[in-house]
Amino acid sequence: MDLNELSVLSLWSAMAMYMLAFIAFALDLARRSADVTAVVNEAAAGQVASASSSAEAAQAVGSSGRPVSTLVRADTDAPQVQARQSPVLRVALALTVLAFLLHLTAVVTRGVAAGRVPWANMYEFGLTGTLLIIAVYLVVLLRVDLRFLGTFITGLVLVLLGIAAVDFYVEIVPLPPALQSAWLVIHVFVASAGTAFFALGFALSVLQLVQNRREAGDGDLQKLKLKFLATLPTAERLENLAYRTNIVGFILWTFTLMAGAIWAERAWGRYWGWDTKEVWTFIIWVVYAGYIHARATRGWRGSRSAWLAIIGFTAVMFNFSVVNLFFKGLHAYSGL
Amino acid sequence: MSRPSDYVDAGARPQQDSPNPDVVQTNLGFVGTLRFIWRQLTSMRTALLLLLLLAIAAVPGSLVPQRSSDPNGVIQYFSDNPDLAPVLDSIQMFDVYGSVWFSSIYLLLFVSLIGCVVPRTKHHFQAMRSRPPRTPARLQRLAAHTEVTLEGGNAGTAIESAHALLKKSGYRTELYQGRDGDVSVSAERGYLRETGNLVFHSALVGMLFTVAIGGGMGYAGQRVVVEGQTFVNTLLDYNSFNPGRFYNPDDLAPYSLSLDKFDVTYEQKNLDAYGQPIDFTAHVTTRLPNGDTEDRAIKVNDPLRFEGTDVYLLGNGYAPKVTVRDPNGTVVWTDSVPFLPQDSNLTSLGVIKIPDGLDEQIGMIGFLYPTAYELETGAYTSTYPDLVFPVLTLNVYTGDLGINDGAPKSVYELNVDDMTQLTGGETGVDSIELMPGQSQELPGGRGSITFENADPDAAVPADANATTADFSSSVARFASFDVHRDPTQGWVLTFAILILGGLLTSLFVPRRRVWIKATDNADGTVRIEYAGLARGEDPGLGEAVDALAYRHGTALGLQR
Ligand code: HEM
Repeated sequence: MDLNELSVLSLWSAMAMYMLAFIAFALDLARRSADVTAVVNEAAAGQVASASSSAEAAQAVGSSGRPVSTLVRADTDAPQVQARQSPVLRVALALTVLAFLLHLTAVVTRGVAAGRVPWANMYEFGLTGTLLIIAVYLVVLLRVDLRFLGTFITGLVLVLLGIAAVDFYVEIVPLPPALQSAWLVIHVFVASAGTAFFALGFALSVLQLVQNRREAGDGDLQKLKLKFLATLPTAERLENLAYRTNIVGFILWTFTLMAGAIWAERAWGRYWGWDTKEVWTFIIWVVYAGYIHARATRGWRGSRSAWLAIIGFTAVMFNFSVVNLFFKGLHAYSGL
Repeated sequence: MSRPSDYVDAGARPQQDSPNPDVVQTNLGFVGTLRFIWRQLTSMRTALLLLLLLAIAAVPGSLVPQRSSDPNGVIQYFSDNPDLAPVLDSIQMFDVYGSVWFSSIYLLLFVSLIGCVVPRTKHHFQAMRSRPPRTPARLQRLAAHTEVTLEGGNAGTAIESAHALLKKSGYRTELYQGRDGDVSVSAERGYLRETGNLVFHSALVGMLFTVAIGGGMGYAGQRVVVEGQTFVNTLLDYNSFNPGRFYNPDDLAPYSLSLDKFDVTYEQKNLDAYGQPIDFTAHVTTRLPNGDTEDRAIKVNDPLRFEGTDVYLLGNGYAPKVTVRDPNGTVVWTDSVPFLPQDSNLTSLGVIKIPDGLDEQIGMIGFLYPTAYELETGAYTSTYPDLVFPVLTLNVYTGDLGINDGAPKSVYELNVDDMTQLTGGETGVDSIELMPGQSQELPGGRGSITFENADPDAAVPADANATTADFSSSVARFASFDVHRDPTQGWVLTFAILILGGLLTSLFVPRRRVWIKATDNADGTVRIEYAGLARGEDPGLGEAVDALAYRHGTALGLQR
């Protein structure tokens, strides 16, 4: 078996693992809903549902005995119902990590087999881009608990990988002269990294909208359709998380735009020529600049700005798929 | 902060939206109306709407071919959609990015931007020199707030050490005395955030101006050079030349450039990519007026930077050399003619025009097949881009070439409307078919034509059946070069770096105010409050306030 066959094999194994992880994450959401139902029933039985924690004074244990008391801040972002620890969630995470390692193997072996960076045609962008989505997700998990996004992230990656493996697969061919440049390495990698952050931000913005609708309701858990929503952070916290993720994406995208211009100057003799791919990269940049502004504009914070983030990510996906495949331009490197 | 009236701090907790203050008042008067319009234009909402409008306005340019980037696509579009195209053209759909409507959007946006940035810059300079504001009376109302009660010590010493700590941490500080006998230190940091934001927006303006001016300061020219030929950097020697508005073609740098050899490497190991070009290298010699010469290489992705110009390798192909003789055997025409590649195996199309020397003007449309293969229909195709079995076929026309009136005509096109076809097609006469080194009579005793072998070692004209012959150097190649000059490119890069740097600082430097307040309690304990306020997105505020409290406690001698 040669390296490229190994790469394909790892890829399909990774997809199988993502599938299992997706199922486990979905089970976790179902379990969260069950938890919420339980809380509702308890409340109905006359017990007080302990909701969010409120400010409580805690006795500090200073060994010198000098401090008398400190005040602990109230957590206004806490979810309405605290989710319990769940073994299925741990299984889901373990499966995601395993899938990630297989996925990484697929990408690395593809690169070694080709003797170059594994992001020079659409199949390879698909592989590397989705790997980065998972990588960013896992790294962010170390700092912020976004495990509730697992279904979305593994699901998205699974779909994208499926399309890449089935529809975009191409054999390894050498780089045409137009792509032989250090800027291929930088420009495309940073674009994929930016896309990964936008994907995460997109997921958070979608949840923010859903959560917003829930919060706009009367807060009656009994009537809630997607019960697990009560275990997720508040819309405001989701909005802040989305914003932080999206601005990292935006900076990477800004760099992508500039690196692309520098490369275009070297390759085509002009740094900007409104080529279709350039146009769409610009449109995406402007939409996200709009998103950032919206967050600072009265009347546009909250749901409206979330819609802009969603439109932005839709444009990113459009740029990657439709523009690559069906629009005419100088960026003819899909390999298809 | 002297921001637009509808600005809300992106880091602040959302409040109930207050009603829009910009409701139209009656009786504004002329100046009042102007001021009202100006406030509207420089509001956040207008900036946002213009940004979104700009994004939407950019879309059609990717759906319809543009004259600037794809002129042939536009011509094609016109012939495919003869009814729709003129309508689209009347609203500048083929020149979207230079159109009146696109330009007005971005110009308005930039007017708004300048109107927004100038007052903010003024205000920012003042803010950097002013004292941190008075400590709020009720700190516990702030989101980031924590407090400790200490035994022993007094408020004064506690604040002194807090003051020192904040100064050391890069805050600008100010001490205040409260009405209730409390003492406090007010501190602020992160002015760089606003500076970054202003640098970012100003650099956008700089970028726009540079790009607008840059286009007019330089030029772009194209030139096709066959192996062995020399191109002199003068107006006359360009195939096409587009000077910017402010460029004087007399200023062209005096140099020449010879194409010594054009190397192409084709993939031969990987069967999935057999025949795919993997390297193009133009070996050139540059020559200055003082006689200095230098051997250089130009590649795709690796232009020649020379004498303030950039020379790019944009295309290449074959340029078969053809000689035409009259019936007496006298040479009336000989030249290497660049043929334009039509497919990946370099089936190439070219036109030969013989205006003088023969009884009638002759035009020929030729196909060059580098590795010819005869299909069942009798037509040729090329199966490999390199010169394995080159064949040149020519259809001959006589009549008026249409070049006598002096109007410029493309060298790649032959208008045969007024000409008579002599070979090929429906004439029943076979097309002329030549391999390098071979000659053939033109029909009707009009003379002869020779496909010259460019290989100096090819002594004998190759026999058409001699498939073993080496044709690898039998046809010269040409390279098409783009020569550009853009003296503002360095500025564009500078502004790009400023944009990126401004963005990074404005998004990641936290700007915050913190207060530390100490009050002597009646029972001899000291109550110390720590509070912070974010100005702009600041996810680390809570942690920062906690850390300050911790370090302050340590400084006061708290055992941990
Ligand atoms: C070419 C048009 C513009 C673009 C591409 C743009 C882009 C951006 C970006 C990327 C940011 C976030 C980074 C930063 O804070 O520096 C930002 C922030 C900001 N922009 Fe613009 N901008 C434009 C025009 C304007 C205009 C016309 C105004 C004034 C009406 C404005 C006011 C602001 C303000 C107040 C912020 C700070 C937002 C915050 O506090 O989060 N911008 N802009």
